[in-house]
Amino acid sequence: MPRLFFHELRSQQLLFWRNYEAAFFTFALPIIFLVLLGAVYGDSEIDGISGSTFLLAGMIGYAVASSAFAGLGITLVIRRESGVLKRVRGAPIPPAVHLSGVIASTLIVVAISVVVQVLIGHFAFDADWPSSPISFVVELLIGAAVFAALGLAITGLIKSQEGSSAVVNAIYLPMAFLSGAFFSTSSMPAFLEAIANVLPLTYLLRMLRGSFVEGDTIADHGTNIAVLLAWGVAGLIFALRRFRWEPQEA
Amino acid sequence: MSAVEVSGLRKSYGSDDVLHGIDLVIPEGEVFALLGPNGAGKTTTIEILEGYRERDDGDVAVLGVDPAKGDASFRARIGIVLQSSAVYPRLRVDQMMRLFAGYYPNPRDINELLELVGLADRIRDRVRTLSGGQKRRLDLALALVGDPELIFLDEPTTGFDPEARRRAWTTISDLRQLGKTILLTTHYLDEAHHLADRIAILRKGKIAAEGTPAELLSETELTEIRYRRDGEIVVVQTRTPTATLNELTSEAIAQGVELEGLEVRRPSLEDFYLNLVEDD
Ligand SMILES: Nc1ncnc2c1ncn2[C@@H]1O[C@H](COP(=O)(O)OP(=O)(O)OP(=O)(O)O)[C@@H](O)[C@H]1O
Ligand SMILES: [Mg+2]
Repeated sequence: MPRLFFHELRSQQLLFWRNYEAAFFTFALPIIFLVLLGAVYGDSEIDGISGSTFLLAGMIGYAVASSAFAGLGITLVIRRESGVLKRVRGAPIPPAVHLSGVIASTLIVVAISVVVQVLIGHFAFDADWPSSPISFVVELLIGAAVFAALGLAITGLIKSQEGSSAVVNAIYLPMAFLSGAFFSTSSMPAFLEAIANVLPLTYLLRMLRGSFVEGDTIADHGTNIAVLLAWGVAGLIFALRRFRWEPQEA
Repeated sequence: MSAVEVSGLRKSYGSDDVLHGIDLVIPEGEVFALLGPNGAGKTTTIEILEGYRERDDGDVAVLGVDPAKGDASFRARIGIVLQSSAVYPRLRVDQMMRLFAGYYPNPRDINELLELVGLADRIRDRVRTLSGGQKRRLDLALALVGDPELIFLDEPTTGFDPEARRRAWTTISDLRQLGKTILLTTHYLDEAHHLADRIAILRKGKIAAEGTPAELLSETELTEIRYRRDGEIVVVQTRTPTATLNELTSEAIAQGVELEGLEVRRPSLEDFYLNLVEDD
């Protein structure tokens, strides 16, 4: 079983980096935003922390949603509709092992993205190091797992290959803005704030920003973790019921 | 033990009753062809046997396993060519093969397989650059990569050029020599005739005829005599070809005319098939 898992993981890495468009949107774009926006307001102060640290945490959260939710969801819908998932389902790899391999591959992409961003943030824009690296990593893992569950779930709502990026982008781009990945939401109108207060990315960002503040650990984020896990469990339940291996478009 | 045993298989999609009571037994080592018009339910049947679709009723055993409950060890023993091909378009041919070979406990040699299906010269090309027929050949190679005991081929040679089709026929005959069991569907009657030990024709949700090609042919006794008269093709069907031919030729000789393009033809499987499915 471990052999199958690592074979799948290796294969998925190959597939990911071969898919230049997807690699650009989920891996490169958050890094590009970090550099561009860092040049614009890296020196200012936002919500009580330095602009570059604020932005770094924001772009890391954005990268998590981008890879684990958007990239995963779109890729799986395209594979499902093209019949590749059906072919995989006919091979002797248990479905759970296949999907674990796909998700683990996504986590690797997230991990590389985070490392690159932390380094760029620190050395190019003077952003802080995470004050508690272990908490930081655990928070990222929780966030990535939750968004991966939501990525699996969203495939159950999309019936066609053409619809996949439209639907997914329509969900996660506004989410990224409202949650404050790109800018402070402190002056947002109340109704937008109400929406932001249910979005999972809002809670991931609160934790990530906290982890750059001295003395802040995961133990200080019970509520944030609870909300995230609730989203994750809901996504997982929905995915278990609605995930399909065969093309849905007749 | 038979490789496939099906009795009383039923399937409907909503109110669309597709299979109403199919019985099939395919002994190990046999090449079995399932024929029938578009929409007859061939793919439905084959995908129930592969474990993709659920049946409404009936008993099904594939390699002694109920495919609806088949797990990875069951899937390691079967090879599948689906009706529509599916690939990772950005991988190279060899990468695609290696990816799937890695799923199986005892994969076959990839170079040898690509040689077998005539893709050896495309091994380092991206899958998306293959032509339709070449993708189909890759499908066949992928179905064989796990060295399966039982192979399902749903219209495996659709889109093949004549040479590739002959090559596929050789591949399938070789697999049979190795003792593999093969269930295939096709719309090419000559293919079924050439390859199959036994044939079943599916029509209106039932098996309308079943037997060896020779048995099916012996059910049609009509011989066809064709010739041209005044530029028009005349077709005579007869149960007594010797007498009829004698009559025709005597008459022609008496009149001093030539029966142009004279041809005496045993009915083909295609004639039998068309006869069977036409009176709907
Ligand atoms: N997933 C499905 N949902 C609803 N109806 C279906 C589905 N799959 C097949 N059918 C219907 O069942 C019937 C049999 O389809 P099937 O694909 O098994 O035929 P077939 O014999 O393989 O045809 P072909 O030669 O065209 O491949 C058709 O009327 C088809 O419309
Ligand atoms: Mg079919």
